[in-house]
Amino acid sequence: MSLATETQGLRFLLEIGVEEIPDWMIPGALENLRLLFEKLEVPHESITMDATPRRLVLRADGLPERQPDSQERVMGPAKSAAPQAVAGFARKLGVKPEDLSIETTPKGEYYSFLKKVAGRSTKDILAEGLPAIIPQIYFPKTMYWTGKGGVRFIRPIRWLVALLGDETVPFELAGVPSGNLTSGHRRLGAREVVVTVDDYQRRLRDHYVILSAEERRQRIAKGMSGVRVKPDSALLETLVYITEFPTPITGNFDPQFLQLPEEVLVTVMRHHQKYFSVEDAQGKLAPQFVAVMNIDADSEGFVRSGNERVLRARFNDARFFWETDQKKKLVDRMQDLRNVTFQKDVGSYYEKLTRMAALAGKLGGDADAHRAIELCKCDLTTELVKEFTELQGVVGGLYARAQGEREAVCTAIYDHYKPESMEDSLPRNRAGMIVSLVDKLDTLISCFRVGLAPTGSRDPFGLRRAAQGVVRILVEGKIKTSLFDLLPGIPGIGPLRDFLEDRVRFYFKEIRGFRYDDVNAAIGARGSWTDLLEVEARLIRLQNLRGTPDFEALAAGFKRMENILVQAKFPGGGDIDPRLLEPGPETDLYEEYRSIEGQPIENVISKLRPKVDLFFDNVLVNAPDVRVRQNRLTLLSTLLAEFSTIADFSEIVTN
Amino acid sequence: MLSFQEIIFKLKQYWAERGCIIQEPYDVEVGAGTMVAETFLRVLGPKPYRVAYVQPSRRPADGRYGDNPNRLYKHSQLQVILKPSPADVIEQYMGSLEAIGIDLRQHDFKLEEDNWEAPTLGAWGIGWQVMLDGLEISQFTYFQQCGGIDLEVVPAELTYGLERITAFLQVKDSVYDIDWTKDFTYGDVRYNDELQYSVYNFEMAEIPTLWKLFELHEGEAARLLQAYDPKSPDKRRFPLLPTYDQVLKCSNLFNTLDSRGAISVTERQMVIQRVRKLAVGVAKAWTDQRQEVAQ
Repeated sequence: MSLATETQGLRFLLEIGVEEIPDWMIPGALENLRLLFEKLEVPHESITMDATPRRLVLRADGLPERQPDSQERVMGPAKSAAPQAVAGFARKLGVKPEDLSIETTPKGEYYSFLKKVAGRSTKDILAEGLPAIIPQIYFPKTMYWTGKGGVRFIRPIRWLVALLGDETVPFELAGVPSGNLTSGHRRLGAREVVVTVDDYQRRLRDHYVILSAEERRQRIAKGMSGVRVKPDSALLETLVYITEFPTPITGNFDPQFLQLPEEVLVTVMRHHQKYFSVEDAQGKLAPQFVAVMNIDADSEGFVRSGNERVLRARFNDARFFWETDQKKKLVDRMQDLRNVTFQKDVGSYYEKLTRMAALAGKLGGDADAHRAIELCKCDLTTELVKEFTELQGVVGGLYARAQGEREAVCTAIYDHYKPESMEDSLPRNRAGMIVSLVDKLDTLISCFRVGLAPTGSRDPFGLRRAAQGVVRILVEGKIKTSLFDLLPGIPGIGPLRDFLEDRVRFYFKEIRGFRYDDVNAAIGARGSWTDLLEVEARLIRLQNLRGTPDFEALAAGFKRMENILVQAKFPGGGDIDPRLLEPGPETDLYEEYRSIEGQPIENVISKLRPKVDLFFDNVLVNAPDVRVRQNRLTLLSTLLAEFSTIADFSEIVTN
Repeated sequence: MLSFQEIIFKLKQYWAERGCIIQEPYDVEVGAGTMVAETFLRVLGPKPYRVAYVQPSRRPADGRYGDNPNRLYKHSQLQVILKPSPADVIEQYMGSLEAIGIDLRQHDFKLEEDNWEAPTLGAWGIGWQVMLDGLEISQFTYFQQCGGIDLEVVPAELTYGLERITAFLQVKDSVYDIDWTKDFTYGDVRYNDELQYSVYNFEMAEIPTLWKLFELHEGEAARLLQAYDPKSPDKRRFPLLPTYDQVLKCSNLFNTLDSRGAISVTERQMVIQRVRKLAVGVAKAWTDQRQEVAQ
């Protein structure tokens, strides 16, 4: 706490007291608040951001008392003006006419005055700026509470602490005046707690609020150290931001429930109850869980037994659903899918399966893939998936196994929603990849067909994620096909092609880290780019070629050829007439071309490059004789075509 | 140990002390306390209002023939509307839990994001589910829109799941075992409801008849709405409350048809839209009618 004495200037504390903010929005809101504060341009040495579900906190050190003074030249009447005008100008500034000076400007001589502008006090700047920036903090969904047209925020603002040094920064927002009163833990702390910039964090701690997320994280970790908890960083973050004083407790459940699939048990615990699951020494699920309370202790054991009862009821439900669902096999549920709408303009899931099967045919899906397609959506009619929608696919795979389907089919069903994010893994087997691919492609085609393309940030059907999944499976799953051959020739498909191209570019640039100009060049190369394995191969070749000494020069040469051909409006095609070639560099280049034709560019680049250079140094393409000129253009065009199957060199950025 | 009815008494007493009118349940079948005019229509317009009532809420699809210890065709909601919502509304709510004997220093109390939406009513709000030791015991909502209308004054709606809270307090694993009074269990009182309505809703309700009823009520509501004339000098006499009853009938019939498996997912959206159109129509007319009365 010696920081205060080491730094010059004032300490600033802003605490926005809010009713419980959804945990997942908090880190973004804090970052946003920091940026908004920076825009106020109040100098400071350091800045610290903290939050709990009920408070967003910004603390800054080393703020000046006021902005530095500045000077401003005020221009008055012309030197030739009447004395009354000059006196009036002086009076307005509160000075005497003899205090004025004469300024020479391009327009002539004028009276002027150098006015001193006192720097504004930091307190004033903050008092004006804070109520303006706080409502600008971005939240995905906001509300109003003081009445229609009132301030919008994520949840109602209930108190505001704004202190600069020893003073309150006075302002009001949503009817709440700023002050020096914070609020402690909802049950363990006082409703009103007086704080200063220096004792704020300590005072909160006295009232059972741990301000630092890192400290709450450590407290949770420490409280679980005696148990083998399945690591789950996303759940940990959730718990860090839904508590002000987190304390983990361990509970038990009846080992009988372990007969249910682990996926079901873990989903109930994680998604529905926010519990960590526990493993035994062999890494198998143990009949235990860890819940994180927002309170200091469970001295009477009420919280543990309460959570155990809730979990028991949930597991009983799940077991009931599992047993009920087994009464009707997946295959017998296919016809029920006629009544399950995929999207109202697109039709039922049954129709979707039919289209998926047709697409799988084009992709060379085997019998396992086709069987998996038939069964993959049937779990949507099961009670278990109706209750735990996030288990769609997984439940289908588990049921398929219980009903004696082939292992490859079960795995394919289980995995067919994968990859659900860029970090997620691909389906484990080829049938799974085919099912996932045709499912996502069909969703894309169907939605674009009826005009449901994503707009801006709105993407209710997750089409971007679906398209990204398609690209990843094709490339990383090494599925050789032409992407566009899979798309039907119907209206509305043009935008889908563009959409997919955009995702392909995004994937190679942002995910795989290829140079943007290489990606443009590889996609722009002659021939189709829609075999993504081919695009990947071109990119790897380009990356390697970049390391060779002749690459940039040759790329520059190809670019020059391209420019010449474009300027000449050369249509391409035609045969080279060797008789029209001039001896020397032109013939040399032609012969070089003949000798390397059909070889990969890597093998010939060092031989070709000097010939190209010599040609451009010595030969005038734009020859007076039309036939010679045309022949030269044909030579360049042929040469360019030969090597443009790897890249469109005009896209390559050279130094 | 408090009985089911004592918990209700205490909560009513608590909210009565905080200025709420204590209403009795509405006598038309509804799926939730929100649908009752005391909430749906009263939250519209600028006039403050405070009301609390227990509303038996019917959800035909949730019936389990009295077999499932946690799921009910008809459960009891305590609905509290505080319009406008006071600044200490969460503290007041926590006080109500203390009033029924829950010492919040000994329990884990959390507010978890849960925004509420009722598509058939054109209503939505921002709020939380209230978790107590891992159990969802209430829904807390700041209404933003009702009947498709942005609300002038934002009310807080507190909805208590009374069976759950009682089972929690009485430490009962089955709702049927909770003590309604010291002599009668919940099962004694309600088991027959659960069994017989499940049989009706899932097995015996005649689909064509239900559709016919739906259309009759829909037609009556639409006819009345069409007859409402905002320019009529006598418009305050216009029976919008009975019109709204017709909408509630439609909503319950829709839920029954749904539990009977008579509505495909595609149709579902369309029927929801039909009910919503009526609800929005009533809300608009009501707002217009109240403005006149206020003047």
